Amino acid sequence: MKTRMKIAALVAAGALGLAGCASAPSSSSSASASKPTGPAFKACMVSDAGGFDDKSFNQAGFQGLNRAVTELGVTEAHAESKANSDYVPNIDNMIQQNCDLTITVGFLLADATKAAATANPAKKFAIIDNQFYDADGKVLAIANVKPLLFDTAQASYLAGYLAAGVTKTGKVATFGGMQIGSVTIFMDGFADGVAKYNTDNGKSVQVLGWDKASQKGSFTGDFDDQSKGQNVAKGFIDAGADIILPVAGPVGLGAAAAATAAGNVKIIGVDQDWYVTAPEYKGIILSSVLKQMEPAVFDVIKTTRDGGFDATPYKGTLVNNGVGLAPYHDLDSAVPAELKAKIESLKAQIVAGTLTVTSPSAP
Amino acid sequence: MPGVTPDPQSARLEDPAAETVAPGRGAQLLREITTGNAMISVLAVVAALFLGAVLIGAADPKVQNAATYLFARPGDFGSALWGAVSNAYSALFQGAVYDFDAQTFARAIRPLTETMTMSVPLIFAGLGLAIGFRAGLFNIGAQGQIILGAIFGGYIGFAWHLPIGLHLLLALIGAMLGGAIWASIAGVLKARTGAHEVIVTIMLNNIALYLVAYLLSLKAFQRPGSVNPISPFIDKNAELPLLLGSGFRLHAGFLLALVAAVGVWWLMSRSTLGFTFRAVGANPHAARTAGMSVERTYIWVMGIAGALAGLGGAAQVLGTERVLTGGVAASFGFDAITVALLGRSKPLGTVLAGLLFGALRAGGFAMQARTGTPIDVVLVVQSLIVLLIAAPPLVRSIFRLPDPARAALTGARA
Repeated sequence: MKTRMKIAALVAAGALGLAGCASAPSSSSSASASKPTGPAFKACMVSDAGGFDDKSFNQAGFQGLNRAVTELGVTEAHAESKANSDYVPNIDNMIQQNCDLTITVGFLLADATKAAATANPAKKFAIIDNQFYDADGKVLAIANVKPLLFDTAQASYLAGYLAAGVTKTGKVATFGGMQIGSVTIFMDGFADGVAKYNTDNGKSVQVLGWDKASQKGSFTGDFDDQSKGQNVAKGFIDAGADIILPVAGPVGLGAAAAATAAGNVKIIGVDQDWYVTAPEYKGIILSSVLKQMEPAVFDVIKTTRDGGFDATPYKGTLVNNGVGLAPYHDLDSAVPAELKAKIESLKAQIVAGTLTVTSPSAP
Repeated sequence: MPGVTPDPQSARLEDPAAETVAPGRGAQLLREITTGNAMISVLAVVAALFLGAVLIGAADPKVQNAATYLFARPGDFGSALWGAVSNAYSALFQGAVYDFDAQTFARAIRPLTETMTMSVPLIFAGLGLAIGFRAGLFNIGAQGQIILGAIFGGYIGFAWHLPIGLHLLLALIGAMLGGAIWASIAGVLKARTGAHEVIVTIMLNNIALYLVAYLLSLKAFQRPGSVNPISPFIDKNAELPLLLGSGFRLHAGFLLALVAAVGVWWLMSRSTLGFTFRAVGANPHAARTAGMSVERTYIWVMGIAGALAGLGGAAQVLGTERVLTGGVAASFGFDAITVALLGRSKPLGTVLAGLLFGALRAGGFAMQARTGTPIDVVLVVQSLIVLLIAAPPLVRSIFRLPDPARAALTGARA
């Protein structure tokens, strides 16, 4: 009996200790517990297997949702998926939660979203990075699903041109997390940007890690394991590359670590401005290819709440600043003025439509 | 991503094959219920759920807030904790068994069917692993075997177009073959070279993961017009039929899993082959002396285990998901290790443990969506179950159960 009491006391003390320790950051923890007042609108989000803390596109989308909660006063629910088999039940639970708008993050959720949207025509959905196709490969519009797409090739084209102009070794590199359209589109634009620089200047800067024509290149295999990113980047650095564009979410931070270790290698970030989101590497961040998911998510929540939902795909481009090239920050002096001017003029040409960046994965 | 991988050594200590020497049947049954493994399994689950409750409380903002002024007003802390835990576990229950808030009866019982659906791959793979455990093989390769089963079954399912009935049958046989071949690699290496099955199966898991990723980068495995790594839908004729109509995901794979459990029971308790398996598991040297081929047994065990895990993959790709993706195996192969251990490597136990884990999975989604409780709590509960099963003396001391060795002398007491 005594032992039992002791154990009970121990467990109770442990519980208390845990709760006590966790008390400090309570204000920053997820907003799900707070119920702001406002028009009765519930926005919900389901992540893919990367989770909302992936420092990449799930997180960026989630920030959009959180901003809608604070600024618009909508209620929210969110569910993190741990595996592909989680998508259907997670979306189903959101419908059961009476979500007015459910945002699903990533093409992997496409089938589950399509099925849920067809079965629940009164509910609205939005899906990031996915376009639906019918059996003949034609674009298929579903009346209650809005695709949020990003033509990141446009921005990474500028990044490729930048990299080719800045490289000292004549070799630049890129690699992906997984070979999926939303990743390879970055790599296509990057390769084309380098090629454009070569034609313009009669140079022969090489791109390691991606061949646009054959659509083959280097991939780490996931979006989790930073050590793989470090290894792949190390391989590129050994091969002579001095600028790397890692299109692999947090795995890219491994590449930044490898670049720091090498000393004279620069990184071009993706999705968000890495100078801001990964300040520990700010000295080597040449620029970042921005994919503005947060405002896109926020906007779709806002318009849907205001009754303006439509199923026309949102397409983030250089024109609407849905994609872009981040500032050069600390490495501004490493970029020659005429190169900056050239990049600006290329951007203007893409915006004006006189220059088209193509990719098999373009939305 | 890997779920739970229990320490092979400690699990081996708990190898059920080691506890087969028993006196009278009645006395044995009584002892199993009170002090034996079945009771430990149940208590491990109870203890894990309790520890999970502590974590739910710790993760809840209201509880955290109340804890800051705990000594000023302890009542707030108590009610906040109770609120958080009861909400979370009631959501877990409503997501796994019966939803009281549902508008229609179909929606109300849907959670139970979801639990059953999610238990299917766990039961299949768990049965395969259970056979291995009883034969003294610690096979951690169910993950890879599920993937191979899914690749074979899936490819036959979406690439071929055959008449109804035949197509499903061939896809299932293909999945069994895929899993069996993959597992047999480890079996043959163990038999011929003595390579340890733990190492080999873990490595094969990784190879399988990259194999499916590579295959899905090929045009033959992708949808027309798409470059994403996702296969076309499975042909209608190759789908496992839905049991309760289109409103539910429960498919015939569940029935197959139950049939497989009966088959495994018959194999292990009634057949000569199963006797050989158990004999080799209990003492390979004695089995060899008795004239059994230990090497051939290892290959057989792995082959059958792989075929069962392959069926688990088929159930996912032909039943639940209806497409092949790189993540088709989720963490089923690793969870199945826990399922087999929790089920004490017995067919009925494995089915029940599979249902429990299916319930935790299904309920976890509802818990996350309704109460914002992190889904990781479910993972922690599952991991704690492994931990507690691997340490029976710990569970016995928490619940003040008598030691089985002493109980055998003094008789059972509760």
